[in-house]
Parts: sequence; structure tokens; C-alpha cells
Amino acid sequence: MNGVPDATDNLDLLWVYLQQEPLLWLTATLGAYAIGHYLHRAAGGSPLVNSVAVAIAVLVALLVLTGTSYATYFDGAQFVHFLLGPATVLLAVPLYRNFNRVRRLLVPMLAALFVGSITAVVSAVAVAAALGASPETLRSLAPKSATTPIAMGIAEGIGGLASLTATLVIITGIIGAMIVTPLLNLLRVTDWAARGFAVGVASHGIGAARAFQVNHLAGTFAGIAMALNALLTAILVPLLVGWI
Amino acid sequence: MVHAILALLVCQLLGEVIVRATGVPIPGPVLGTFFMLAALAALREVPEALNAVAGVLLSHLSLLFVPAGVGVMLHVARIRTEWLPLLAALFVSTALTIAVTALVFFWVMRRMGLHEPEQRS
Repeated sequence: MNGVPDATDNLDLLWVYLQQEPLLWLTATLGAYAIGHYLHRAAGGSPLVNSVAVAIAVLVALLVLTGTSYATYFDGAQFVHFLLGPATVLLAVPLYRNFNRVRRLLVPMLAALFVGSITAVVSAVAVAAALGASPETLRSLAPKSATTPIAMGIAEGIGGLASLTATLVIITGIIGAMIVTPLLNLLRVTDWAARGFAVGVASHGIGAARAFQVNHLAGTFAGIAMALNALLTAILVPLLVGWI
Repeated sequence: MVHAILALLVCQLLGEVIVRATGVPIPGPVLGTFFMLAALAALREVPEALNAVAGVLLSHLSLLFVPAGVGVMLHVARIRTEWLPLLAALFVSTALTIAVTALVFFWVMRRMGLHEPEQRS
């Protein structure tokens, strides 16, 4: 050695640099999503090839292979994560554009919201409990249809694991985005407002993302559903938790 | 563009501050959505720059969930032991919620005579 760095030392230093800066994992996040987006397109836009699911699989594989912790990854990826807030505020834009239609459909929306929100909580907890899930898992599962930050807050408040809830919320979103189109075609619900609203209640922002891909009006109603269901779930889950 | 981004951040910041100050169980950004809606209603139009930002961000909304989703790697052990109740609950509940919500929406809308027969593309 004698102070002369050889190639391995340089590589080590390079790796240390990359691990410390947000650039690497920020780039990897966008790259993995680009792969997911490409595969989604290549599959003819099939909802079964979900770009979020692909991106997560690619990134988890990459992190495991390089022995990188989630905390290190998140230091870089947090810039993407942060944009969830501004994106939520941006939902005001399609909401404003469709305001008259939204106001006209207020009663169907609220009726569907109330029934859907209770269904989401009760059916998830009932099925998992029947199949022997632990109480901690049940408490983490209950708010799974609410959007991530709210669901995490609710889970914490009732003795669940916030980070497990975050995972379950994302999986719920991906499942909803995958099944909504075939399921509602099967049920012959052809109305875009109803379709969007349903996927927004069940699958929050990932459902809304899928809805925006398919139809702008559906996306608008999915965004509204996501916001309303976040509120209602925050009220319902603590009330229902006595039964868990 | 700067004004549009500034407006977004101000709305979110106001939302977060009010939520923390009052303890209402609403997410800050959701409250921010209402502020933005009020601002748009006052302007009576969507500024072009805001429109552009909305187009970009909302069409790739799902990207924003990737960092949180990667957190699945923290729960591999639990998912391995409880995969059946978890997956069954998530699948059944998500499908049931979508179906019930859509059907109630559709049913009430038709009963009230609000159905629009254009639709479907």
C-alpha cells in the first residue's frame, strides 16, 4: 500500500461516496420506475404489470445485493417521497376543473364513501383475524386503504407498527390498481366517476394514479375519494378498534 | 413556474402548520388541497404554469410511492410467517371495497337520476 491507493481502494472510496450522497439512490429510484414504466408499456398498458411493483422489486433486489440498508436508500429517495405532499395539493387542479360535476354527485359520493370505508377496514381485519394474524398485524392492517402518512399515524395511535402499515398500504394500492379495471368491467359499472371513486377509496393514491392513466374524470374522483377516505378512516378505525 | 411551485408549497405549509397547531386529524397536504381550491376559485381559472406542473406530477403520481414501498424489505420476516392472512386480507378487502363502493355510487346516482349516458372509451 504505502499510501499509494490501488484500484480496490479507489472503488471502496467511490462506494463510500455513493452511499453518502443522495444521488445514487435517487437515480436508482427513477431508473427502476423507468423500467417499470417501460414494462407496463411493453405489456400493452396491462394493469397487471404495475410500474410501482416492478420498481419496488428492482430496488429491493438492488439493495439486498449491495448490502444497503433501507435507511441509506431512503436518504436518497426521500426527495421523491417528499413530492407526495405537493402532489396532493395539486389534486385541487382537477377538482376545480370538475367542480360542478363533483358538487352534483355529492350524495352518491358520500354514500359510497361511507359504505366503502367501513368495508375496507372491517373486511381486511375480519379475513386476517380468521386466518390467524397476530393482534399487532391486525392493528397495522386496519387503516390500509388510507393514504400512507395518515394510515401510519392511525396505526401508531392504536398500537400497530407504522412501518408495516406503510408496506401494507402500498401493497393495497398496487392490488387495487391491478384489479380495478377487470373487476368493474365484470360488474358492468361503466361510469367513470363511480369507477374512479371506488379505486380511490380502496387504493388511495396508487389507485388514483392508475385512474389518471385511464381517464381524467376517473382520476379526479379517485383523488377526491382518497382525501375523503383518509379523513373517514382516521375517525372510523379508532372507533372500531375495540373489536380487534 | 416558480410561482406555481411556490403556491403549492405555501398551501402545503399552511396545511401542515394548521394541522400541528390544532391537532385536527387531517393530513396537512389534504388541508392544503382545500387552500389551493379556494385560491383557484378566487382566481376563476387555473394558471398555465400550475397546469403544467399538475400535468407532469399527476401523470407520474405512482412514482412517488416507490420509496415508501421499498420499505417492504424491513418486514420480510413477518410477511414470511403471516403471508397467508396478509395477502388474503389485502386481496379480498381491496376487491370487496372497490366493488361495494362502485356499486353504491352507481346505484345512488341512478336512483337520483344523475346518470350521464355519454361515458366509456
